[in-house]
Amino acid sequence: MDIPYTVEVRRDTGLNNGKIGIWLFLASEVMLFGALFASYILIRVGSPSWPRGDTILDVPLATFNTIVLISSSVTMVMAWASLMRRQFGKFRIYMGATILFGLVFLIVKYFEYSHHFAIGEYPSHNNFLAVYYTLTGLHMLHVIGGMVVNAYFWGPGAKLYQTNPVWFTNRVEHSGLFWHFVDLVWIFLFPTLYLL
Amino acid sequence: MSHPTGVDHHKPHAAHEVHHEELGFWRKYVFSTDHKVIGIQYAVTGMLFLLFGFVLMMLMRWNLAYPGVPLPIIGTLFGDARMPGGTMLPEFYNELGAMHGTIMVFLGVVPLAVGGFGNFVLPLQIGAPDMAFPKINMMSYWCLFLGGITMLGSFFVPGGAAQSGWTSYTPLSVIAGSGQTWWLVGMIFLITSSLLGALNFLTTTIQLRAKGLTFMRFPFFVWAQFVTSFLLLLAFPPLEAAGVMQLMDRVAGTSFFMPSGLVVSGQVLANAGGGNTVLWQHLFWFLAHPEVYVLILPAMGIVAEIIANNTRKPLWGYRAMVYSIVFLGFVSFIVWAHHMFMTGMGTAMAAFFQTTTMIISIPSIVILTSLMLSLWGGSIRFNTPMLFAVAFLPMFGIGGLTGLPLGLNISDIPLHDTYYVIAHFHYVVAPGTIFALFAGIYYWYPKATGRMMNETLGRIHFWGSLVMMNVVFMPMFIVGLAGVSRRLFDAGSAYDFAQPVMQWNVVSSWGAWLMGIFQIPFIFNFFWSIRNGKTVSANPWEATTIEWAAPSPPPHGNFAVEPQAYRGPYEYSVPGAAKDFTPQHEAT
Amino acid sequence: MSSDHHDSSGHAAGDHAADIDKHVRVYITVFIALMVLTIITVAISYLHLSVPVAVTIAMIVALIKGSLVAGYFMHLVSEQKLIYAVMALTVAFFVVLLALPVLTHENGYWIPDAAPAAAHSEGAH
Repeated sequence: MDIPYTVEVRRDTGLNNGKIGIWLFLASEVMLFGALFASYILIRVGSPSWPRGDTILDVPLATFNTIVLISSSVTMVMAWASLMRRQFGKFRIYMGATILFGLVFLIVKYFEYSHHFAIGEYPSHNNFLAVYYTLTGLHMLHVIGGMVVNAYFWGPGAKLYQTNPVWFTNRVEHSGLFWHFVDLVWIFLFPTLYLL
Repeated sequence: MSHPTGVDHHKPHAAHEVHHEELGFWRKYVFSTDHKVIGIQYAVTGMLFLLFGFVLMMLMRWNLAYPGVPLPIIGTLFGDARMPGGTMLPEFYNELGAMHGTIMVFLGVVPLAVGGFGNFVLPLQIGAPDMAFPKINMMSYWCLFLGGITMLGSFFVPGGAAQSGWTSYTPLSVIAGSGQTWWLVGMIFLITSSLLGALNFLTTTIQLRAKGLTFMRFPFFVWAQFVTSFLLLLAFPPLEAAGVMQLMDRVAGTSFFMPSGLVVSGQVLANAGGGNTVLWQHLFWFLAHPEVYVLILPAMGIVAEIIANNTRKPLWGYRAMVYSIVFLGFVSFIVWAHHMFMTGMGTAMAAFFQTTTMIISIPSIVILTSLMLSLWGGSIRFNTPMLFAVAFLPMFGIGGLTGLPLGLNISDIPLHDTYYVIAHFHYVVAPGTIFALFAGIYYWYPKATGRMMNETLGRIHFWGSLVMMNVVFMPMFIVGLAGVSRRLFDAGSAYDFAQPVMQWNVVSSWGAWLMGIFQIPFIFNFFWSIRNGKTVSANPWEATTIEWAAPSPPPHGNFAVEPQAYRGPYEYSVPGAAKDFTPQHEAT
Repeated sequence: MSSDHHDSSGHAAGDHAADIDKHVRVYITVFIALMVLTIITVAISYLHLSVPVAVTIAMIVALIKGSLVAGYFMHLVSEQKLIYAVMALTVAFFVVLLALPVLTHENGYWIPDAAPAAAHSEGAH
């Protein structure tokens, strides 16, 4: 059975189902990270003192990671734009780059975390670290999730392009929205944790 | 619409033909993506958990009526860790209490009211072939299932299931046994299930409604599920975040919720401290207040449908009800700290939350009053669904009105955490929501099965339940006003001030056990009628809403021809019409 | 871009390729802006301003960067009304969630750590 408006837009809303679905999901994610930010605020405000981010964390490394993630957002939107131009080869390259950038981000985080663990800075050590690990950890899970979906569309999922390129383009767009959101969260996380 | 590129897959939605291969047993009945199958899965799961939660309560009520007395026969089944010699240990009571609440709210009512009724009825009522995302719908059910398994499994871990209340307040929950970790993991599954379901419902309602079905032509049930889904979508994530943080506190030794210098059993805890224990309450209640509206809104939706149908009149004040329910949804996000008046907030914020709490009672009253006024001048048919639906009104009225003193700081002080609170919220959920859910089961059972449930058994179920609900919960107001705290395993028998009211606990307990007996006709009826109930065609209740246009039960894809809406949802007794009802989807 | 003829992906039919070219130019511009703003926000952090001032500036920069990503990469500038409505509602509740707990905390009395020495969190002090 065909579900209406899976691919074509409904006239009065101007949207297809997937577009609404992904934005609703992002709305819930805003509330998820909102709760974590609210917790951070409450714990920090109630603390007699709080270290400045750069005294514990590696700002140059994180700045590099920020640039990596922003770049991945650009390659993601370029991947979608390539599909809009029906340039499947270019899509493959840009999507591949997006996944690679994600991988670089994860590798850098791995180095960050292992450095802290090596000098005994675990989440239990103090609340600054607890907040840092939880916020970046949950963000990282979202990066991994996004990469898995992107890898699916780069690989096995790409055959949908042969039978229904419009639907495939839309799905990549929706996956891109999730990826941009992950970048957006980092744009706030980075200064909040590392610079303040 | 032009399609300059890409293949046009827009097939005309006329007669539905099975053009795909026949599905095997597992894909058809277990891992189905059909909203009706999923709805029934949710409903049956929900009902089983309601029964289980009820049994937990019946056990608790033994110790509340007869503290310290061994429970005959059954008591010995629980082993020495829980009931040595058949006498209940306080830890076991706490286990029962925490899990009763958790299971009733998250595994009983919500799966039945939202997952069950929402999934089954909503697409049919808006004339859709299924939900917008059928596969995600299936996944959301299995997430619930996993959550349920986790919660049940937690009873078997060393130390038993969660024991820190359904509210899991820190720091107690952080230092509690491993059952609490299972609770947290279970909650993450359940929350994920609700989030996936919510975005499905919202997308479906917006996008898949039939031609001509504008928002102000929606049955009130659709509005109720729509607002409920927004509440689930936006209010649940903070609890998920809080759950992760509590897990971190328990498993990774962090101190999100742990204050400095906490002493447990004479020892200072070795954690870093510096956490904020009230933070848990903020995050928990940010969800849990909208959650109570998740519990009541679908019920109001069900009652509205049944009242319109059985008075043969349109609902009174439909527009006001719609505005009220939307307004209620908004305001429900800014009242939560009325659960936290005793946590030391200053007068300004307390005043803010008291004000918003008083304001939120207004839309509830508008909806309740509209439903009551809808009865006036109607040709009322007192079938079983209608009995439950009408009983809902005064019961919800009692529940709602008794909430008002709790919403004001000054009167909350003596009432907070007493049996008064238990009585208040149970009136809303038990003879409130659950009665509405019973009504819905009796009402939509013929649509789902093609058969009616037995009326006589229904009436026995109804009268017995109505009387017993009041026998159980009315005395609790008295007990609470006397000052007896909730969550005491012996109902306050150790306190002098409680002695004058202790007898009422016996009354409540016997009411509860008798209420259990009165559910037997319902359970029997539910299964017996599948094979032996009177067979019906599409519209046995002569109702106007679109779900009654589909066959009973509807096939995969629901409608042979895509329906269209030509009028409002409750065109009953239209002057000059041939029948006393004009269905929404009929052209003339 | 709420023109009448939308193809399946909700974007204007007709001069498809030229449209995308315009978009791509925007993406590159936004990318450069984001890089610059990142450098700026890191550079400002080296000034070690007081916490309230630093937070304000950092959040303003982050908001600008976030708006660029949301507006242009996520196409919010040309999205449908329904999406705006959902996000507006969400942002409202987001603000409530961030603001109200702190207000209840600040407004009432809160016993700060009575014994900072007992909490052996070297990094925190």
